[in-house]
Amino acid sequence: MSDKRNTNSKNSVKESIKDIAASDLSMAGNALSFSAPSAVDQQKRNFLIAATAGVGALGAAAVAVPFISSMLPSERAKAAGAPVEVDVSKIAPGTMQIVEWRGQPVWIINRTPEMLAGLDKHNDQLADAKLEVANQPEYCKNSSRSIKANYAVMLGSCTHLGCSPNASFENTADWSGGFVCPCHGSKFDLAGRVFKGSPAPTNLIVPKHQYLTETTLLIGVEKGEA
Amino acid sequence: MAKNMSSIDLQTKAPAGVVDGLVDWVDERLPVTSFVKAHLTQYYAPKNFNIFYYFGALSLLILVSQILTGIFLTMHYKPSALEAFASVEYIMRDVTGGNIIRYMHSTGASMFFVVIYLHMFRGIIYGSYRTPRELIWLFGVGIFLVLMGEAFFGYLLPWGQMSYWGAKVIISLFDAIPFIGPSLAEWLRGDYMISDATLNRFFAFHVIALPFALAGLVAVHLVALHEVGSNNPDGVEIKKSKDKVTGIPLDGIPFHPYYTVKDIMGAVVFLIVFTSIIFFAPDMGGYFLEANNFVPADPLKTPAHIAPVWYFTPYYSILRAVPPFPGLSLFGLSIPPSQFPGVAAMGLSVMVFALLPWLDKGKVKSIRYRGGLYKKWLAAFVISFIILGYLGTISSDHYGQFGAWLGKADIATVTARFFAIIYFAFFVLMPWYTKLDQSTQVPERVTY
Repeated sequence: MSDKRNTNSKNSVKESIKDIAASDLSMAGNALSFSAPSAVDQQKRNFLIAATAGVGALGAAAVAVPFISSMLPSERAKAAGAPVEVDVSKIAPGTMQIVEWRGQPVWIINRTPEMLAGLDKHNDQLADAKLEVANQPEYCKNSSRSIKANYAVMLGSCTHLGCSPNASFENTADWSGGFVCPCHGSKFDLAGRVFKGSPAPTNLIVPKHQYLTETTLLIGVEKGEA
Repeated sequence: MAKNMSSIDLQTKAPAGVVDGLVDWVDERLPVTSFVKAHLTQYYAPKNFNIFYYFGALSLLILVSQILTGIFLTMHYKPSALEAFASVEYIMRDVTGGNIIRYMHSTGASMFFVVIYLHMFRGIIYGSYRTPRELIWLFGVGIFLVLMGEAFFGYLLPWGQMSYWGAKVIISLFDAIPFIGPSLAEWLRGDYMISDATLNRFFAFHVIALPFALAGLVAVHLVALHEVGSNNPDGVEIKKSKDKVTGIPLDGIPFHPYYTVKDIMGAVVFLIVFTSIIFFAPDMGGYFLEANNFVPADPLKTPAHIAPVWYFTPYYSILRAVPPFPGLSLFGLSIPPSQFPGVAAMGLSVMVFALLPWLDKGKVKSIRYRGGLYKKWLAAFVISFIILGYLGTISSDHYGQFGAWLGKADIATVTARFFAIIYFAFFVLMPWYTKLDQSTQVPERVTY
């Protein structure tokens, strides 16, 4: 029964195609007309091609979303950035301690009065002595770039390309102590301020931090922040 | 059989034997014979190839070797921050033959660049990038870029100090791109620092994604080459002078057996060098395998002296040489200080090779018929490339500082700046000096 209907409909399709072809001959040039459509309606075909390609491209873009977002930091990686507590009383004057926070080195330098005095001597050689670039929290935008003058807290990660500069605390005629990056030779002073002529464009970053007690430093969270 | 009779193949056909029958059976289903003819036995290459024409085939040999050794290394390597370093030591010490396989792979990486640089140099001196071979050259530059990616991703895998800090620096390059940089770098790392996630994805790029891209690019490089035919040391198009009867280029010889045998000869010599390095100097005095990479990665401590592997040092020198952008306030618009100029210069120093076909306005292709002006520029470029390469292996204060008259700038940095300018001038000024260059008459046929 159904077979028969199919054959019938096939035949009728054939017939109608013949009709269309015939009418097309007489109506050449009037391809837009619905009453007498041409055998190939190029405009309709172009529209269908564009629509199919467009929807296909949208689909491809939608499929790309989970792949691209799978490369973003995972939930576990996001959760790992917990703040770090440090007892600064154990850091002898003139030395530094390196702690890990979010997988990066954070330096805590206990600067001696001489070291602090040396900070003002070379302001003219610094790229950003006035701390105009916000690489430190507001509460550290001062001459020592710190909350407690002697304790400097900063990310030990060069602002050029992320190497960790080496400490060079000796005091010579034209060097009052600081850090030198082994990768590309950027130089920083003991407040992490970059010297002119270094490939690093900005001062070292001072992370958010606060003192819970006189000697307990918390890195990663500032006062008044949950 | 009728097909064979009608072909111009002059070999007399014995009555269909088992082998012939099999060949026919396959040919009717897969075009093996016609492929072999089109690309080997009836592919005509210029007969005046010289020593520089070994390096294409040799790079293919190394590619195969890298893939094979790589497969066997992945059988023992563990792409995890906790286990990677130890698993490489395990390969070196406990896996039978593991040290040989790893040294083949690590030496292969360096030798790949030796061969590719010579291959590119050949293309430059004989004008092989000129019309009609621009696409071959572009695919070649693509191969070069992917290869650099392979080398970079692969270098993180041993998870040594140089692996870690090298990756940190290179990903920070993306960090320096204005506006999108930081999120892009985070996306590439998959974390806020180089971590297990980074190592794991670099492994995926190194063993699957880029090798696939490389294979595809090599395929189109060769298809395009066989479409237009090889250039040669004279820069003469051999297809211009064909035998009137057979249509075979008069200066062409079949790739097989002539160049297959020649390339085997080259491979033998290459393998003598290659195996000597593997057996006697696998770390090549720190140039192929760096001493600091025998120390496990420590995210808190950058090694005192850090330098990339030798094949990246010319670009690395350029990166270091370019001073940062100091920041600017213009019409109330403030542009922050940025290290992007150095990063951009480094990127350009690699990408600029792609422009050669359109920068070269010379009347002749080959250096044999170029004038002195071009040769001087080329020599200056080669010298700059080598000096920049050397400077990239040393620390920037290696030669001390200039006096106050030059702002106490590092001598090595100023030298690198000077040669970086020459490096770029070779490309930027090329349209002018190649046009002004006094070339000599190119012969009609190749010389040999």
